[in-house]
Amino acid sequence: MKVELTVNGREISADVEDRTLLVHFLRDTAELTATNIGCDTTSCGACTVLLDGESVKSCTVLAAQADGRSVTTLEGLASDDGELHPVQRAFHTEHGLQCGYCTPGMVMAIVSLLQENPHPTEEEVRVGLEGNICRCTGYHNIVQAALVAAAASDSGVSR
Amino acid sequence: MSILGTRVIRTEDPRLLTSGGVYVDDVREPELVGAVRATFVRSTVAHALITGIDTSAALEQPGVVAVLTVADMTDLPAPPPAEPPSDDAPPAEGPMPLGGVWSEPLLAVDRVRFVGEPVALVLTDSAYQGEDAAELVSVDYEPLPAVASIEAALAGESLLFPEAATNLCVQGLGKVSDDSIFDGCEVIVEGDVVNQRVAALPMEGRSTAAAWVDGKLTVWASTQNAQISRLILTAIGLPPEAIRVVAPDVGGGFGAKIGIDRESIVVAWAAKHTGRPVRWVETRNENLVAMTQGRAQLHHIKIGGSKDGHLAAYRLDVVQDTGAYPRMSGFLPMLTNLMAPGVYDIPAVQAGYRVVITNATPIAAYRGAGRPEAAATIERAVDWYAAEAGVDPALVRRLNFIKKEQFPFVTKTGAPYDSGDYEGALDLVLAAAGYEELRAEQRRRRESGGTRQLGIGLASYVEITAADGAAGETAKVEVHDDGTATVYTGSSAHGQGHNTAFAMLVNAELGIPMDQIEVIHGDTDLIPDGIGTYASRSLQLGGSAVHKAAIEVKDEAAKRAAELFEAATSDVVLDAETGTWHIVGDPDKSLTWSQVASAADQGLIVANVRFTADRPTFPFGTHLSLVEVDIETGKVTLLRHVTADDAGPVLNPILFDGQRHGGIAQGAAQALCEEILYDSDGNPLTSTLADYAAITATELPSFELLTSETPTPGNPLGVKGIGEAGTIGSTPAVHNAVIDAVSYLGVRHIDMPMTPERVWTAIQKASTK
Repeated sequence: MKVELTVNGREISADVEDRTLLVHFLRDTAELTATNIGCDTTSCGACTVLLDGESVKSCTVLAAQADGRSVTTLEGLASDDGELHPVQRAFHTEHGLQCGYCTPGMVMAIVSLLQENPHPTEEEVRVGLEGNICRCTGYHNIVQAALVAAAASDSGVSR
Repeated sequence: MSILGTRVIRTEDPRLLTSGGVYVDDVREPELVGAVRATFVRSTVAHALITGIDTSAALEQPGVVAVLTVADMTDLPAPPPAEPPSDDAPPAEGPMPLGGVWSEPLLAVDRVRFVGEPVALVLTDSAYQGEDAAELVSVDYEPLPAVASIEAALAGESLLFPEAATNLCVQGLGKVSDDSIFDGCEVIVEGDVVNQRVAALPMEGRSTAAAWVDGKLTVWASTQNAQISRLILTAIGLPPEAIRVVAPDVGGGFGAKIGIDRESIVVAWAAKHTGRPVRWVETRNENLVAMTQGRAQLHHIKIGGSKDGHLAAYRLDVVQDTGAYPRMSGFLPMLTNLMAPGVYDIPAVQAGYRVVITNATPIAAYRGAGRPEAAATIERAVDWYAAEAGVDPALVRRLNFIKKEQFPFVTKTGAPYDSGDYEGALDLVLAAAGYEELRAEQRRRRESGGTRQLGIGLASYVEITAADGAAGETAKVEVHDDGTATVYTGSSAHGQGHNTAFAMLVNAELGIPMDQIEVIHGDTDLIPDGIGTYASRSLQLGGSAVHKAAIEVKDEAAKRAAELFEAATSDVVLDAETGTWHIVGDPDKSLTWSQVASAADQGLIVANVRFTADRPTFPFGTHLSLVEVDIETGKVTLLRHVTADDAGPVLNPILFDGQRHGGIAQGAAQALCEEILYDSDGNPLTSTLADYAAITATELPSFELLTSETPTPGNPLGVKGIGEAGTIGSTPAVHNAVIDAVSYLGVRHIDMPMTPERVWTAIQKASTK
């Protein structure tokens, strides 16, 4: 079937198998490989992207379900001039990543979390990340990065 | 001021945070254009004879390029001849010994020994086609009784390797039968302690891509050591020179990616066999049944001492469930035996081990690899003894520690501890946690009779890192005529931050700016000789090699600078702050690294070093866990986790703490929630992340970390390993905390993982006694 998606502001249309998952569309058709696959059961969140601005696990969404809609992946997060999003910047300054595999999903999940709740407590961040598994960081610095990013946005830092 | 010891954020991150890493599934090298997808057909039964494999239906499916079984492997060299199993001595160990009586085939031959064992390989144009076609490969199994427990293995009624005539594949020499060591003990505790089977669970599973081009095999593998992987790949009948292994970005390893597994060898062989590039990326389901798992030891312990808390004797009898194939033979329980007495100067210690084969996923290294098991049990035993004796567990530790002035110290099990200050680490943690106040609060809660009770758990650990220091690590440091430097290391990062850490070492010696230093690892064409990253060895061996190579580069550069200055070499100095060369006493004349390197042959100053250590190192520390247990439901909440860890001088505190964070989480996960389970027929019950209870952010607090720095004499940086320490210290601290919370109800022990059901059951049993 034919699907048309806007991915990181770019319109992409392609003929895909009906059963094509959004994550495979992003990786194989849109050739955006930052989004990783960490499980087959919607458990780990490595594949988290924004669909019309809300976080979804792209291994559990069909490309067909995203037809006509807009997707943002990690590659689309920084500004056009390369300035990092506050969440990306906070992951760097707070050492919120080690192997980097869960990172694209974690970053997108936190972007979504902070859109819904710009001033989360530590507890709210932890609950918000329950669907994202990281095996390297013990979550300590990921939670810290989310709080730092929230504070940075709060203090009027752009993007 | 030297950059060493300062907080330097990672040079690796900008790429990972914008375009994402390049893991095996992301590699787009020209050799892999048109790569076919590999899908394994895996055994669905734990133990069976294979009576037939029919691939015809699969071959008719769209997109199928080939369906390969062991019958197609006629172009492979014969496996090494079988040798009789040894019944003494620590066995030969390695990342993945193939051959011998306990031989692990590449694809199943006539028998399968665990659910998930690879039986056939389907090559298709796309991954979806592969899953469809693999479903249609028909394998006829004649089921055999499954050996699904250590008890069943020891009973020996069903044998996995009939030619071996036993399921006991190796045992240690240690004797655990002399009970006289407990004579005179006023308090004795004896019991079983289970160190359950858990998953390593790197977020990127195993993955391998391979291309056979013009007589050379190139393999991209998600591995902790490209060079060892290359040696393993010679099993397909090629000399090392004909193989290039590249470890691109690797999404975590935790020991389970030391070397490469049989699937990767099969994929590499398939590329050569078919002439098509092949890519295999396992699913999480495959990962949870076929990647090697960790721990899986049953311990029987006996510990005794005086009523006032002085330990007199300790015995540890280990049975290692090694799964269907003995990947690491007796290596893991041998380490458990070696580290059995932990931080204590116990007058008499006995330790022994047996390794048994079961119809389960093979066991290999997982973060700590044999040492967490030792620490978990001695720390549990000490608390058990303390509770029985009625002595504060902190005091029992203090009374029995090996004292600071006793180092170097050789334990009763033969471990040559280099340096330590165990009491210092305990004191740091007790003060930071407010131990006495916590005990007072615990008493108040008990007296008030509420449902939410506090538990305080301590664990003082010591572990062995870089146990194979004699193998050492390689480094090459080059300074180019443009003033930049390149570091080639045989060590291999998969999240640890080598690029940042090793660039800091070069910057500290040479003064070349961090952004002018490139660190390269994980490519055997560029670095043919290397060992890789495991056993917390990278900084102390790989880093020491980089450090020494940088010094050699500096010495060589001094000669070139002296020629340019027309001065004596002894009169030339490097200002490591600015990276400029001067003549002593004449700061006005200076040379840059670019000028000095340009004066060298081919505009390059280079040093090659292999650093070896003649002794292992022994990092240590104390962890304190504070938990709340709901005694009506058994639910455990981890409230605080305070640690003092000492691995010598800290190179970069963010990397040091990052290693600790991850380790603490994995260790707490073993104590609280994670366990690989099988039913009595050997069917896995935890083969997806919907079933395997991987720890999440909601189950953990932020951690409170303290650091002390006791250098080792074993390397020029004075550093020990920190990669595994968090895991080793945290499991028993959390374990002890939960039992401490309910000890007033009469509970003395609960096996891990301490799920609500386990805790609730233990409380019920104790209260009905």
